[in-house]
Amino acid sequence: MTLLALRGLSRHYAGVIAVDRVDLEVPARGVHAVIGPNGAGKTTLFNLISGLVAPSGGTIALDGADVTRLPADARARLGIARTFQNIRLFGAMTVLENALAGLHARLSASFGAILLGLPRFRREERNAVARAREALALVGLERRAEERAAVLSYGEARRLEIARAMAGAPRLLLLDEPAAGLNPAETVTLASLIRVIVEAGTTVLLVEHDVKFVMGLSDSVCVLNFGRRIFHGTPADARADPEVIAAYLGPPPAGPAA
Amino acid sequence: MSAVPPWLDDLLWTYRNVVVSLGVNGLLALSMYAVLAAGQLSLGQAAFMGLGAYASALLTLRAGLPFWAVLPLSPLVPVGFALLVGGPTLRLSGIYLAIATIGLGEVLRAVYLNLDVLGGALGLSGIPESAPLWLIFALLAVALLAFWRLGRSRIGRAMEAMREDETAALAMGINVRRYRLATLLASAALAGLAGALSAHATDFIGPNDYGFEPAVAILSFALLGGVGSPLAPVLGAFLLTLLPEALRGFADLRLVLNGVVIVLAVLFLPRGLLAWRMRRRAA
Repeated sequence: MTLLALRGLSRHYAGVIAVDRVDLEVPARGVHAVIGPNGAGKTTLFNLISGLVAPSGGTIALDGADVTRLPADARARLGIARTFQNIRLFGAMTVLENALAGLHARLSASFGAILLGLPRFRREERNAVARAREALALVGLERRAEERAAVLSYGEARRLEIARAMAGAPRLLLLDEPAAGLNPAETVTLASLIRVIVEAGTTVLLVEHDVKFVMGLSDSVCVLNFGRRIFHGTPADARADPEVIAAYLGPPPAGPAA
Repeated sequence: MSAVPPWLDDLLWTYRNVVVSLGVNGLLALSMYAVLAAGQLSLGQAAFMGLGAYASALLTLRAGLPFWAVLPLSPLVPVGFALLVGGPTLRLSGIYLAIATIGLGEVLRAVYLNLDVLGGALGLSGIPESAPLWLIFALLAVALLAFWRLGRSRIGRAMEAMREDETAALAMGINVRRYRLATLLASAALAGLAGALSAHATDFIGPNDYGFEPAVAILSFALLGGVGSPLAPVLGAFLLTLLPEALRGFADLRLVLNGVVIVLAVLFLPRGLLAWRMRRRAA
């Protein structure tokens, strides 16, 4: 079953073609990666999927429903969550409040119920706080809940972004270079976190530069070069594909057998 | 009211104007807070106040409606204008909304000056002083409580998230445009209410009461107090209302004082006098 389907998706910037007629089907479940050299259009592709950038052509469908014309917030409410390459937390808010903001679309207490402090609203808030704490526990930040997000270290901030995106139990999680700037130990922790997320039923689509990280984790790999899709298949096939090697991977290191 | 002890009664009569200003400015400070809390800068609060004041005065003087009917009707006029201005200006961001709302204030001032039915340069006088003091403060208390409750719900979180990072707020599913419009409308309604109350507490309104100068004064309430909680701008309004009274001899320097307060607050107290930030959750 296909969760996300891109058909002929393009984005032009004043003569530069950032994304060029990309077709991609992301099945429900599993980890799927988009890789490619710098400037290949990976982040633009993510901005197109999440709705922060409008396409110049093509369509985007989530679970069979066309979402091409929907604004970013509407797509988020349909279950597309994301993190950002340059971390974008709500710095003045606490760690827990950041996770609660991620639950925004799941809360429905009416204006009147909030103003009057009705039991319905209080119950919803209690449940929301419990779910937000679960999301923080998932990334190991539950003990930092009451601290301001701005004081977190780089690695913690990356994890909080994932917790905030996961709090609303999205169908599709877009991770934009989640391993960037992490040390080897943190990268290993991140890989197991992504496996936990996928086990829980969320499909993960990630953009990444760390080829070893991607190959070990992903069920499928899509390779972009100059905005065009040059490969889509399993990580093992990507390693053997001459075009992918030429554009991005480079020849394998000379081993003892060579 | 007979329940008021004689000494308080004396005090209220002697300082009635100051007491009215405290309540009205408190409401205006909350009107400013509504837009600032969502990360917008509007300088239209005085214009919205003027619309409420003129609408209420006309309803009382020309249509002969009783105060209790006038009060809930008059905020509808500034809300209507906010809708009109809000459509195009909310597509603008940051400083552009501020400029557009300054423009609205100046246009309205010219309209008040030139329309005979609005009294022209003389303004409207003889408005019955039918707004009781207790009502002004009751409405301020209700508005404060409402902001407090909303601030500790998903609504307050969404507003602060927008202020912190609009792109990330969109990615959380927060309908940023709807929140912007809603806060502008709430802000206009509160300012209009403050205008109607002050018009019916002072018997006279004029075209220059709602120009650029009061707009900046209202902004300085929030700059001095802060926007960490709805209490902060109200505190700022109280201080900036009482300070000129305490410094009566320098009454002519009120504008200078406001300017100095803005400069000092921005330089040394970027988060305001009451920097404390309210909790954004109710559980």
